[in-house]
Amino acid sequence: MKPPVFEYASPRSVAEAAALLGAHGGEAKLLAGGQSLMPLLAMRLARPSLLVDLGRIAELDYVRDDGGEIAIGAMATKTTVERSALVRERQPLFHHATRLIGHPQIRNRGTVGGSMAQADPAAEYPAAALALGATMRIAREGGERSVEAADFFLSALTTALEPGEVLTEVRLPRLAPGTGWSVLEVSRRHGDFAIAGTAVTLSVEAGRIASARIVLFGVAPSPLRVRAGEEALVGERPGPAAWELAAEKARTAAEEPLSDPHASAEYRRHLAAVLVARALTEAARRAGASS
Amino acid sequence: MTRSPAEERPSAAARRIRVTVNGLAHEALVEPRTTLADFLRGDLGLGGTHLGCEHGVCGACTILLEGRTVRACLMLAVQADGRRLTTIEGLGHEGELHPIQQAFVEEHGLQCGFCTPGFVMSVHELLELHPDPSDEEIREFLGGNLCRCTGYKAILRSVRLAARRLREARAPGAAPAEEA
Repeated sequence: MKPPVFEYASPRSVAEAAALLGAHGGEAKLLAGGQSLMPLLAMRLARPSLLVDLGRIAELDYVRDDGGEIAIGAMATKTTVERSALVRERQPLFHHATRLIGHPQIRNRGTVGGSMAQADPAAEYPAAALALGATMRIAREGGERSVEAADFFLSALTTALEPGEVLTEVRLPRLAPGTGWSVLEVSRRHGDFAIAGTAVTLSVEAGRIASARIVLFGVAPSPLRVRAGEEALVGERPGPAAWELAAEKARTAAEEPLSDPHASAEYRRHLAAVLVARALTEAARRAGASS
Repeated sequence: MTRSPAEERPSAAARRIRVTVNGLAHEALVEPRTTLADFLRGDLGLGGTHLGCEHGVCGACTILLEGRTVRACLMLAVQADGRRLTTIEGLGHEGELHPIQQAFVEEHGLQCGFCTPGFVMSVHELLELHPDPSDEEIREFLGGNLCRCTGYKAILRSVRLAARRLREARAPGAAPAEEA
């Protein structure tokens, strides 16, 4: 398996990368950590005429506190995020999601921006971004824009990124104090793609659920918010009855999961429901509510 | 067999790269599409980096990039320009195996040996990060390396033995490691 012929450029700045994309349009492809793109090249499922390697752009490799939000440069590796005390302490859901991604050898190269832009249906980061209300910062030649996670993931392997655009930063808003969280998945082996998974947040006030966010991954073309389940929880007492209610909404929301050799659509629906109930139980415990 | 236009493109211009592999500086011209694994094996003649799946699943081609494990089939040689690499050839010498390699020999951590270079490199990083790893940490860290012979039990024993020996070698008052 050898990649097809392509030209290669390694710009030193975002502006230079955006200019290259502007000049080559849809014929060019961005190379971040390469942990998804390199297999696609090896199998010749991707045939760009130009590969624009973002690996030499030092300005895209950071994790920092930016006015209370956490700003993660698109080229920060998963290992960088995994070892970031800032992410672990302030966005434990994102930290935990990182540990579920691939293997250490993959996380050493794979980047935050790469996973978001790849938008694999079974990927953890897009679901985490949606659960946490992340914002994507995007650069193009002569301009910049921001897109909410809810508007960024359009379908399988498809995002709001236009051909001339570069994802530069993922911003995680502050998690409200006392918010419980959980991210769970089932895979054949630790580090494999998830058969199904969920990322949830939950807040409890005066013994009642004040707000909830439930996102599924691996059961739809893109991360799926279970709004019916979120709404059903508000005002309920945290506990098995509430979790079962949300789990049923998750089962319904997962309308047409993939059937493949790893799992049938029905099994994926089943997993979605079971994992949502487990995740909410865990989130409630972390939120300090007895359940 | 029909050929797509992409395959009819002429080779892209070769690029000059400089890499340090196992302590030796190399300068070479490589085509952009050359993977790092093919460069190490074909251009530098370092055949110890094995290629199993060539798309990032099996872990046989695991090497160290600046001391961290990476899959050499999921990198282009041009991406390694200016970087420091270590392959299995850089760990031990003939007649003087690295303690990790020695542990694999003694605990039968290999049968056919095809996956072994990748395992040894992964274990190298694992023991740097966790000198006294739990079985769960070993299993999780080596989850990205496939072995079809051993059933992994002997590999686990090999890692435990290597970890103990490396800890003893590093402990204060211990005889200095021969590698140092």
